[in-house]
Amino acid sequence: MDVKEIIAKGDLVYEKTKVLTDKEMHYCPGCTHGTVHKAIAEVIEEMGIQEKTIGISPVGCSVFAYEYLHIDWQQAAHGRAPALATATKRLMPEKYVFTYQGDGDIASIGCAEAIHACNRGENILMIFINNGIYGMTGGQMAPTTLDGMKTATSPTGRTVEQNGYTLDLTKMIAPLPGVCYVARHSADTAAATRKLKRALKKGFENSMKNKGTSFVEVISTCNSGWKMSPVAANEWMRENMFPVFPLGTIKDE
Amino acid sequence: MSDVKLLKGNEVIAEAAIRCGCDGYFGYPITPQSEVMETLMERAPWNTTGMVVLQAESEVAAINMVYGGACCGKKVMTSSSSPGVSLKQEGISYLCGAELPCLIVNVQRGGPGLGTIQPSQADYFQTVKGGGHGDYKLIVLAPNSVQEMNDFVDLGFELSFKYRVPAMILSDGMIGQMMEKVTLSPKKPRRTEEEIIKEDGDWATTGKTADREQNVITSLALKAEEQEATNLRLQAKYKEIQENEVRYETYKADDAEYLLVAFGSCSRICSKTVDTAREDGIKLGMIRPITLFPFPTKQIKEFAKQVKGFMTVEMNAGQMVEDVRLAVNGEKPVEFYGRFGGIIPSPEEIRVALEKQLFNK
Repeated sequence: MDVKEIIAKGDLVYEKTKVLTDKEMHYCPGCTHGTVHKAIAEVIEEMGIQEKTIGISPVGCSVFAYEYLHIDWQQAAHGRAPALATATKRLMPEKYVFTYQGDGDIASIGCAEAIHACNRGENILMIFINNGIYGMTGGQMAPTTLDGMKTATSPTGRTVEQNGYTLDLTKMIAPLPGVCYVARHSADTAAATRKLKRALKKGFENSMKNKGTSFVEVISTCNSGWKMSPVAANEWMRENMFPVFPLGTIKDE
Repeated sequence: MSDVKLLKGNEVIAEAAIRCGCDGYFGYPITPQSEVMETLMERAPWNTTGMVVLQAESEVAAINMVYGGACCGKKVMTSSSSPGVSLKQEGISYLCGAELPCLIVNVQRGGPGLGTIQPSQADYFQTVKGGGHGDYKLIVLAPNSVQEMNDFVDLGFELSFKYRVPAMILSDGMIGQMMEKVTLSPKKPRRTEEEIIKEDGDWATTGKTADREQNVITSLALKAEEQEATNLRLQAKYKEIQENEVRYETYKADDAEYLLVAFGSCSRICSKTVDTAREDGIKLGMIRPITLFPFPTKQIKEFAKQVKGFMTVEMNAGQMVEDVRLAVNGEKPVEFYGRFGGIIPSPEEIRVALEKQLFNK
């Protein structure tokens, strides 16, 4: 018997969005990707833009985002998603185009593509998942790794002498005149995820108003890479990442 | 207005792109091909055909814009010269892996490294043997005139869409920079989204409508069996291309006792060598591969029965000659003469090399 047949029609208060597929996610339990995927899927459904949305997935854990969001997808080479999105949006201006990139993808190997897409003011939504680590390759240091943080390639902790400083890409991007909207959120509580959804919606809406690029960073956890339980990872994120990457709307024009 | 013009090879690439209904060009300046994007910017086709022209921040970004545009089923292209094409190799490998159609133009200059800005044919290996990672082939067209720069834009797109394999025009600084009379192609409108679906099928990322499954363009397969299936499919396509799309030209080859093998600008120089040799009663001819992949292997093999020997002339240290030797397979001598680093060989020095290496041996 189908679940919907059990629940009386008037009693159904929540349903999984149809923009999410039924595929079992490969993400580790506690990973932020799943929550953000669902937030995007819900926004797409609420806005009724499933038929007009093209996603560009990165290289990294979320390379398989196309398995879970039931829309058309392009899978980019490492760091190049903003270049793909640039061409896609310019060739099909009537579509909603968004990129989904991790911190290694966007802030390291794809830094040039990200900054120049923003500087040109491409009418796209860029989503930046920042968990301070390379997840898929086994927990190596990223540009966003915090000072002192231990990773597979900074086993005794990141140092300024060896690796320079933690990169705040969002702060670099915010002053660019091509960017109309910059916000930094998390997805660790229901309230935080609701705020994130509002930011994503705004980003999608902006992309149809020729206002320029919308850039939404999500401070995230990688509890496997950080070698913590999901609960401890969320606590560590709040204590250590939020002070370095403060949440909030940075720019809204 | 006449469609016969006196134009540079590079300018003609731009004119031909607009005329054949190209949807998007993404490039980055590099000598000796910058006139391609300059001409496009001057023509401003976004005001007429709606074609998108964008100067990217790098060659890497440009080829990935091509990837994005190709994912949408659009006719998209880029152009560059040797060092820039090296940067594009990552994107080219992805385009091949994802089976996307597009057109890439390489107006070659001398290398390695930053090299020179003078003409060269030293990217034959990179282009024909696969400059990026993985088992893949490009459809490679080698023009030897400004007219062919025009013709191969449309042909390149046609073949690329037919097989969903990227096409490359492998030109050089000589063809790109020289001016010649050219008959421009008739104008074709850009295709609508409906026409693209009707002609090519509904595979592109144009938005998942209710009546079809999601379209995903990716070159990723974590399972070895899936990746091997992709490789086998690609190899089957390359075999089909090898069987159906070989293009070549012969010059005074019917009764030839010796045969020159040359592509692109070298073939223009070699035709002069053939003419002067004929004046001296020497039965010299030439075969010019027009497609470098697929290579005219069978045709060259056939000539091995007729001629006493071959000489391949290239503006490199000897690259295509390896494919000529594979075709001839030891049946007859295959000599090589080349200049490189931006030096263009003269018809006379090719004659001298023929005398020394082939005629009097």
